[in-house]
Amino acid sequence: MSGRVIETSAWPDTYGEEARPRVGFFTDSSVCIGCKACEVACKEWNEVPADPLGFTGESYDNSGDLGANRWRHVAFIEQRVPVDGVAEAAPDSWVEEAARQQLVEHGLDAHDDGSGFRWLMSSDVCKHCTEAACLDVCPTGSLFRTEFGTVVVQEDICNGCGYCVVACPFGVLDQREDDGRVWKCTLCYDRLRDDMEPACAQACPTDSIQFGTLDELHERADRRLAQLHERGHHDARLYGRDPGDGVGGFGAFFLLLDEPEVYGLPPDPVATTRRLGRNWAAAAGAAVALAAGVAASFIGGRG
Amino acid sequence: MIMGSNTAECHPVGFQWVIEAKERGAKIIHVDPRFTRTSALADLHVPLRAGTDIAFLGGIINYIIENGRWFDEYVKTYTNAPVIIKEEFKDTEDLDGFFSGFVEEDGLYDVTSWSYAGTEERAGADKREQGAEVSGEQSHGAHGIDLKRGDPPEMDESLQDPRCVFQIVRRHFSRYTPEVVEQICAISKEDFLEVAEALCANSGRERTSAFAYAVGWTQHTVGVQYIRAASIIQLLLGNIGRPGGGILALRGHANIQGSTDIPTLFNILPSYIPMPHPEGHGNLEEFVENNRPTTGVWGELRSYTVSLLKAWWGDAATEENDFCFDYVPRIDGDHSNYTTMVRMLDGEVKGFFVVGENPAVGSANGKLNRKAMASLDWLVVRDLVEIETASFWRDSPEIETGELRTENIGTEVFFLPAAAHTEKDGCFTNTQRLLQWHEKAVDPPGDCRSDLHFFYHLGRRIQEKLRRSRKRRDRAIKELTWGYPTQGPHADPDADAILQEINGFDSDGNHISKYQELESDGSTSCGSWLHAGIYKDGVNQPARRRPRTEQDWVAREWGWAWPADTRILYNRASADPEGKPWSERKRYVWWDEEQGEWTGRDHPDTGKPDKPPDYRPGRTDKKGVPALRGDTPFIAHPDGRGWLYVPAGLVDGPLPVHYEPHESPFENPLYGQQQNPLRQRFDRDANPYNPTAGQPGAGVYPYVLTSYRLTEHHTAGGMSRTLSYLSELQPELFCEVSPELAAERNLEHRAWATIVTSRTAIEARVMVTERMKPLPSERGIVHQVGVPYHWGGRGLAKGDVVNDLFSLALDPNVHIQEVKAATCDIIPGRRPRGEALPEFVASYRMRAVAGTKQSPPEPAAEAHESRETGYGSEEERL
Repeated sequence: MSGRVIETSAWPDTYGEEARPRVGFFTDSSVCIGCKACEVACKEWNEVPADPLGFTGESYDNSGDLGANRWRHVAFIEQRVPVDGVAEAAPDSWVEEAARQQLVEHGLDAHDDGSGFRWLMSSDVCKHCTEAACLDVCPTGSLFRTEFGTVVVQEDICNGCGYCVVACPFGVLDQREDDGRVWKCTLCYDRLRDDMEPACAQACPTDSIQFGTLDELHERADRRLAQLHERGHHDARLYGRDPGDGVGGFGAFFLLLDEPEVYGLPPDPVATTRRLGRNWAAAAGAAVALAAGVAASFIGGRG
Repeated sequence: MIMGSNTAECHPVGFQWVIEAKERGAKIIHVDPRFTRTSALADLHVPLRAGTDIAFLGGIINYIIENGRWFDEYVKTYTNAPVIIKEEFKDTEDLDGFFSGFVEEDGLYDVTSWSYAGTEERAGADKREQGAEVSGEQSHGAHGIDLKRGDPPEMDESLQDPRCVFQIVRRHFSRYTPEVVEQICAISKEDFLEVAEALCANSGRERTSAFAYAVGWTQHTVGVQYIRAASIIQLLLGNIGRPGGGILALRGHANIQGSTDIPTLFNILPSYIPMPHPEGHGNLEEFVENNRPTTGVWGELRSYTVSLLKAWWGDAATEENDFCFDYVPRIDGDHSNYTTMVRMLDGEVKGFFVVGENPAVGSANGKLNRKAMASLDWLVVRDLVEIETASFWRDSPEIETGELRTENIGTEVFFLPAAAHTEKDGCFTNTQRLLQWHEKAVDPPGDCRSDLHFFYHLGRRIQEKLRRSRKRRDRAIKELTWGYPTQGPHADPDADAILQEINGFDSDGNHISKYQELESDGSTSCGSWLHAGIYKDGVNQPARRRPRTEQDWVAREWGWAWPADTRILYNRASADPEGKPWSERKRYVWWDEEQGEWTGRDHPDTGKPDKPPDYRPGRTDKKGVPALRGDTPFIAHPDGRGWLYVPAGLVDGPLPVHYEPHESPFENPLYGQQQNPLRQRFDRDANPYNPTAGQPGAGVYPYVLTSYRLTEHHTAGGMSRTLSYLSELQPELFCEVSPELAAERNLEHRAWATIVTSRTAIEARVMVTERMKPLPSERGIVHQVGVPYHWGGRGLAKGDVVNDLFSLALDPNVHIQEVKAATCDIIPGRRPRGEALPEFVASYRMRAVAGTKQSPPEPAAEAHESRETGYGSEEERL
């Protein structure tokens, strides 16, 4: 086991010799072609029901969001980025060479007239956080940490209380309407136990979704980021790579080409249970203060 | 260069190799009217106006020539650049958009003036045969050229003679300047020059560039000429026959390449042998004489044909009876798809087999197709699900409007469920001519059977019925070799045995190992000469699966490519005239002086492995490959040269010309002749045309209309709109418009719009997006409306049929419909229902006929949005 991979609350300790290397996803959105093979492969393997929303008009995204019936979700962002000093080009005027150079420095490519235009695509998934708030709050023990360091819901135990739904900083977890229980990405736990990679990773034609041990994925991602920066894509960044972030780093992390908010992701996610200690302490302090105040009002001067 | 293709969208799995190339430093350029999922990953996207690709490519040709960027040694030796053309030839520059030889009353070209100087006309090139509508596929440039020993009679090696091909090409494209490209294509000069320069800089000895195209190029009235323009560029830059170069025709369905090689096309026999005509092809000898150039690989046409006849009729085919050549049906004219549908509409076609196709949704002018099918006596549809073509008699759009009534449709429809590809043995042929065998994994359910099973047993039953017939005409079927072994409880014919028949056998029963072994005396049989060797050494070659990690990058032990397992066609061109690689970096095949043979990473495509580079044919070497010099790589051509200029074989010109689409809001600034004069039209009530630019009433349909695909759906939807996981990804038909067009026409994002042409009106949800670009023109802004075409009335995801909007206006060489550029109007709101729909469409046509430019009518119905969760809005049909 590599010492570089951050240990989670229950892994590898509780597994002892049965612990396996921590695995996860590195989703490199810079090569995503938005084909949604990941969405379909996941549904087919895990028998997730279809859940049509109809035409949303949100670019080519008719899937909406991660949820109980969608464990991989491809986001599409059509972006027009104005470049400093160049007004929105009128349809029949053409941009200067200098402005073009600015486009390159912004890491914008494939553009035609005036401002920079690009279409960002990225496949979202449960992050399998190092500090998983959903795991912490689950009262039944349905949610558990596997020997691979991933987070999985056991459907036969889940009682549908919904605590995990509000605990997740990303809004990944959700309950199935007809069923009440919570369903989410298992990182294809059953396939892992047969030494296979998850269905989405296998289906992804461009290797945008990469599966492997987390330390190896970290190395690959760092190299890829350096490569993109060298090529002028200065907006490229890794999201969830940093073990020092609010959830201790993600088991499934991403390479994004813009701010997380652009992709509908929280910029600074924090495990909601981190503050639990302080919250209780604050509540306790408030209770003591209240009691003291009440007592003081009775002890004080009479008459 | 990805142009006329949306590769990431339509070939997502193949696109991984484009990404791989990009990661290794390749520059990906995407030229497409829309910013698509391919553009998102490309290094440069150039949004040219739909229908102007020839202007763009012509501009590149002009750039290459005017800036001296052609690969000189390659061009001089490997192309027909030095060849002198007949003095009578006149170019479009001389005749304002026409070539010499146009015969007004026939609407055809007499091509004799286009020929190489010093060549004689051949019987095949005359008007009579033109009238029989010889198509591009079957000509191979065979007509009109008879060369002695493969050398064109008159050449100027210095490329200076004004009548040499090089100078003709130069003059032809001289007005395709960057300024003209900017004007016609509605793009910036800077973008155009960036592309032209990138191509030139990345071609030559050390580097090669590749083009990839698909139906964005073929589905035009000048589709074949689009591809010709790319061929000229790639020949000038020396990119053909070299690793990393070439022109990749990205085929569509899994086996569409296979279906042209062993064809389901009306005018060719297996491996592109032409179908015989009644005139001039009375017997085998006449057929061979009138079709064959004597030189190059087609010089052996007799061997290929006799071997095919032996495969089909076996022992019954003998020298005495001309190898049963008489049994082969003759074609007497144009029996292409749309011509046949029109005849069907006229009651001249009684029966129709539709196998794995859905013309009710996938064909242009859907209404004409559906009405045609209503005129049949019987229709057999074989498919995985009951597609719109099988159910048209009860739920086509014409039932809704009352134009057809179920009780009046006399067509007897048989729907036969088909087996999927996982349920049968067989093989696919992909873009690179690579065949990969697949094995049956599961039995087909219930009554589902493979197409092979169907046609085999149909033929067997017909043979049985004819068993006692003494009619001469029935012998053609009775004597067919049809005794294939069968397997399993349903008697499935053994596909592997059929593959062996395609490969061919010699008189000792051994498998043929290459096409050069085929004989013309009846001692060999071969179902398809290009596939000879596919079962070499008794091994099912396409079933080979040696992993690429155990081979070099050419990976010749994975699958099998025709001909003779050649992975890059014309690879002789990867070596210089002396047989040495152009560079170490691009070493591919080369001449080994010591061994006295060609060698290298691939099967050397020289026709003869021991033919040295300095070979020159002797006086008696007049036939076949030995009639070609050792430094001519294009052995399928009679002169062994790549053709910058096509002297014979195309009906609409030896060179590409920018013509406007059949329906266009723009006038052609280059020539008085606006559109392709040879484009195939059907002028009848069932196929009305929008007026085009310059005609009165053109303003009634002021926008450019283009249709395309989405990744989530597959063609006419039979395989995707019936599946919940795919249907929920793209549940409803939508159209894409720019914010400027939305403002001009009051279209609201996510609301409904109605799109109108002379043919019909459809409704679609509105997607307002900056990926659609307004087009600047001298007269102001012209807008584009884009629609993906997958929807039909059945399945989970239902919608109107987009192809109903388009007319029949076809490329004259290959009869392919123009659905990539036409005109339309668009207004907010849902379309009228029932009888009101054809009335609405007719009102538009009347306005166009009257030549008025009134503003469009009010939105047809209340734009109510009954959006529910689910695949989309349903509305009760009247």
